[in-house]
Amino acid sequence: MLHTVNKSPFDHNTLETCLKFAKQGSALLLIEDGVYAATRDTAVSKQVQEAMKSVSIYALKPDVEARGMQNRVMDGVRLVDYEGFVDLVVAHNAVQSWL
Amino acid sequence: MAEETEGGVAKKFLYVNRKAPYGTIYALESLEVVLIGAAFDQDVSLAFVGDGVYQLTKGQDTKGLEVKNFSPTFRALEDYDVTKLYVEQAALQARGLSEADLVVPVEVVSAERMAEIMEGQDVILSF
Amino acid sequence: MKFSILVNEGPYTHEASDTAYQFVKAALAKGHAIYRVFFYHDGVNNGTRLTIPPQDDRNIVKRWSDLAAQHKLDLVVCIAAAQRRGLLDANEAKRNGKDADNIAPGFRISGLGQLIEAGIQADRLVVFGG
Repeated sequence: MLHTVNKSPFDHNTLETCLKFAKQGSALLLIEDGVYAATRDTAVSKQVQEAMKSVSIYALKPDVEARGMQNRVMDGVRLVDYEGFVDLVVAHNAVQSWL
Repeated sequence: MAEETEGGVAKKFLYVNRKAPYGTIYALESLEVVLIGAAFDQDVSLAFVGDGVYQLTKGQDTKGLEVKNFSPTFRALEDYDVTKLYVEQAALQARGLSEADLVVPVEVVSAERMAEIMEGQDVILSF
Repeated sequence: MKFSILVNEGPYTHEASDTAYQFVKAALAKGHAIYRVFFYHDGVNNGTRLTIPPQDDRNIVKRWSDLAAQHKLDLVVCIAAAQRRGLLDANEAKRNGKDADNIAPGFRISGLGQLIEAGIQADRLVVFGG
């Protein structure tokens, strides 16, 4: 399954909740305010790095750039554009949007 | 995974409820989709996660708010053949609730079980 | 593949409508089909023709209308959610004794069944919300 998270991890528990229910081998695409979770040296970076061991983590590049976070993305998070977003949806059996 | 119905193979629809009732409209309008959707003979499940479990609590009295109390509608779901209601155990516990506090029969599940239920769905509606 | 899209929030206040629009554009560019875009909750407000956004920023409603015209998209606004929020077409206005209608070109008002059908008929349903 592809999961998307669109909320900042500092403001909402959406990311935490999503990771609780994301099975091993699934993918997580961070979009909109959710991309902040992809940045390094934050209070949630360790949790995200830990999650990367079982879930592939992506971030939507236009959202990262809009927020000026393009030089702060942590290693292991793959940036995709909207076409990449489409490809991820195609590649997984279903999408769960965590709002 | 998918079951045969008269009109073809039914898809597994999951409605994910994470928000408390009344503070926002998501709980009510999500339920409206479930009711309309019931006529389509799909394989429907409802998941209540986080604050979503508050949608199911007994004793909701909205007279003082002058807004419609829609919690009785959950009891009508059975008549619509919507019987798979899954409630996250940890969400209940964190809120000091138990199954006895809920207005309809549900299946209380662990996070692992909920993750499995979610993984098996074809269409996931979040509100 | 065939995609169905659900947009749960209105224009500008949340990014949902923007993200959905960019996703739809990208999917079409890749040769995929869009079965339906369904607007629910405050998402129905994406269908009002009365917005006058600032000139130096995107016109969210117009670009949905334009994309729909260009690619023959089915943009559906939920009737129940629309009635709650005051989004009407001419028929609905007449039927309910209202003195105006406000739906934008390319959008049509219909029931929630269209959302369920969109989920049944498409290969993937993607939800954009707030």
